[in-house]
Amino acid sequence: MSGTDLDALPDGGKHADAERPGVTEESRWGKSATGASIKGANALSLHVPEPVGRPGDEPNFSHVALSAAGEVSRPAVDAYAGDIKAHATSLVRVLSDDHEAVGEWAGATSLALCVQGLRAMMKVRAYDERMLIAQRQGKTSFYIQCTGEEAISCGQRLALERGDMCFPTYRQQGLLLAQDYPLLDMICQVFSNSRDKLRGRQLPVMYSAKDYGFFSISGNLGTQFVQAVGWAMASAIDGNNRIASGWIGEGSTAESDFHSALVFASVYRPPVILNVVNNQWAISSFQGVAGGASATFAERAHGYGIASLRVDGNDFLAVHAASKWAERRARSNLGPTLIEWVTYRAAGHSTSDDPGKYRPKGDAEAWPLGDPIDRLKNYLIKQDRWSEAQHEQTWTALQEEVRAATREAETYGTLNEGPKPSALEMFEGVYEEMPEHLLRQRQKLGV
Amino acid sequence: MAEAIADNSERELPYVRAITEGVREVLLEQDNSFVAGEDVAGAGSVYGYYAGLLDEFGPERIYDTPISEEGIVGLGVGASATGCRPIIDLMFMDFLGECMDEVANQMAKMRYMFGGAATLPLTMLTMSGAGASLAAQHSQSLEAWICHLPGLKVVQPTTPYDAKGMIIAAARDDNPVIVVLNKMSLGLMGPVPEGPYEIPIGKANVVRPGTNYTIVATGRMLHEALKAATQLTELGIDTEVIDPRSLQPFDTATVVESVKKTHRVMVVHEAVRFGGIGAEIAAQIQEDAFDYLDAPVARVGAPFSPVPYSPALESIYVPSAKSIVAEAKKQLGL
Ligand SMILES: Cc1ncc(C[n+]2csc(CCOP(=O)(O)OP(=O)(O)O)c2C)c(N)n1
Repeated sequence: MSGTDLDALPDGGKHADAERPGVTEESRWGKSATGASIKGANALSLHVPEPVGRPGDEPNFSHVALSAAGEVSRPAVDAYAGDIKAHATSLVRVLSDDHEAVGEWAGATSLALCVQGLRAMMKVRAYDERMLIAQRQGKTSFYIQCTGEEAISCGQRLALERGDMCFPTYRQQGLLLAQDYPLLDMICQVFSNSRDKLRGRQLPVMYSAKDYGFFSISGNLGTQFVQAVGWAMASAIDGNNRIASGWIGEGSTAESDFHSALVFASVYRPPVILNVVNNQWAISSFQGVAGGASATFAERAHGYGIASLRVDGNDFLAVHAASKWAERRARSNLGPTLIEWVTYRAAGHSTSDDPGKYRPKGDAEAWPLGDPIDRLKNYLIKQDRWSEAQHEQTWTALQEEVRAATREAETYGTLNEGPKPSALEMFEGVYEEMPEHLLRQRQKLGV
Repeated sequence: MAEAIADNSERELPYVRAITEGVREVLLEQDNSFVAGEDVAGAGSVYGYYAGLLDEFGPERIYDTPISEEGIVGLGVGASATGCRPIIDLMFMDFLGECMDEVANQMAKMRYMFGGAATLPLTMLTMSGAGASLAAQHSQSLEAWICHLPGLKVVQPTTPYDAKGMIIAAARDDNPVIVVLNKMSLGLMGPVPEGPYEIPIGKANVVRPGTNYTIVATGRMLHEALKAATQLTELGIDTEVIDPRSLQPFDTATVVESVKKTHRVMVVHEAVRFGGIGAEIAAQIQEDAFDYLDAPVARVGAPFSPVPYSPALESIYVPSAKSIVAEAKKQLGL
């Protein structure tokens, strides 16, 4: 089975827009180094990936390769990477359409843990909704939601142990909320107020929480992936048993950081889980622009001899079971695992983005893997561990919890109102001790 | 603004659309030119300055690339070395970190190292500057890094008129040229003539003539310097404001000529003051016009710390008309 179907792309993905106005033979082929125009029958051409749908089109996900729930086997934890290559193109799924947990990957997750996971995911969604409102009210300049991707960070965090370190991107707030990290601290950071632990220096959502195994977030993409490998190597060098979990979006796998991380992980086999969240979009670029039409992101691991899985990221049970499998491998000194989480970025890239400009309307609803919260809820209801009423009650309670934390955070100020971080903060912390010339600049500015 | 920027056209455009027009003129004029960068095609860039170009020129001239700045610059170097005239887009100047070997050790040096056999008619557009609450990794002004590299040209358009003309001049140039744009200027309105025209690379612009004080201000600081100049009039200071336009090569002659007339000079940029381009300009002034100086050359720039996120902090961090006037008063003993 192949991960993506080239034939599903218009014109096999080639020359999709050769007929566009303004595209002349000359402009298409350019000139050779000698200045002569190259064109004609033997001229080369490029494959320019085009998404299956643009605004105005009907959503179409026929190119996404799926497996049935329960279809994919669960290899032994000490499986040799070369023996499980098929797992990079199939899709590990546990929850079936009729809300049962099926197949070899089922059974890794207790019902109690599922309830914990459901609450965590709902908390993430309630938090995202509230912060989006806060952004519109001008309490922060910017916010990033993870709508539709909640299962991945929550499911993995619940498969890790305290002391393990995650190297997230800006879309893994679930890593904190699944551990009940204080909402107040998160909101104060987003509001950049007088109680912001990062002292007004860092972009909203770029939390940093060492005690909760949340490394920090870089505005420049990809850097955390190599750092996760470095941290995992240090864990082995120190002779302890902590593992690292690195995170990257499928778009950012194009950065050399991703490839450096894989080669180091391949050489030293450190205890690290290498997560690629394939939410189909990188701002306005669809996953084909990152090479997703040529091979799956899980298949990237093969060239490095690293074990990899392609997993339904909207299936909490699959996320937890696959994370647990990779966690066991890492902690048993069996080396790194790369996991591609197949999911969909249901919201815009950030509050500065309008996805209506580049993708069809209604696509999130048409996404074949559904909504992670609905799917887990339906499973727990079928298991008699949850009910619609309980769900409603929990949602209301979580919304209230987030609202109360937001109100409390506001007493410490918001982006444009109330107390602010002190101007001193921009001079502190550059070095261990403030250099003389910076001290002079500070005095000059009267701070 | 002053006569030097004015032209015979009544038409006004925002800086962002002037960029679009500049790129469009290049694509119309040069068959072997194309645009490549992150989010440049479908979205027309995250700031929208390539809007409409995909529809007009098609996907084989406007490329949404994978997210690899190293790949983008490498593509530009390779393609320009074989005779194309690519326009490559580095979304934020901060991402120079991701592609610095291609910029510093390849793009800048190939002509020289290959015995003159390589010509790299490459244009790179990148967005710099603070003020948009984008914090330490998306707000920097790193022009000093690239001005320090023999083989590169670096220009910094401050107005819509300059943005269009400099992009065209950069694309016609047979050397790699980096056009450092400013994200806070995107909405700035100004006259922009129809059709192609060039702003010559390496010539400074005396934006406001004056008699007894000179301010050399780069990038967005030009506009702060012009405000400061107005305020200084009340103190009897008649300030000449110079926009270098091109930082590499740098038009020392125009600055020195002004200093010989005014005898007192300040250099302003948005970048961190320590080791900024202002240090080079100040040094050149004292080399060439020491005997004409009545006061030490003053410099205004950002503190030696990363750009903070919080607008409350950032507004203090970034130099402004206020800090320029304060420094001028100190320098001039007012
Ligand atoms: C080095 C670098 N290049 C480009 C950007 C601009 N940028 C920010 S997010 C983004 C898209 C990333 O997409 P992906 O990795 O798929 O993650 P997602 O946002 O979908 O979670 C881009 C291009 C950046 N922040 N850093």
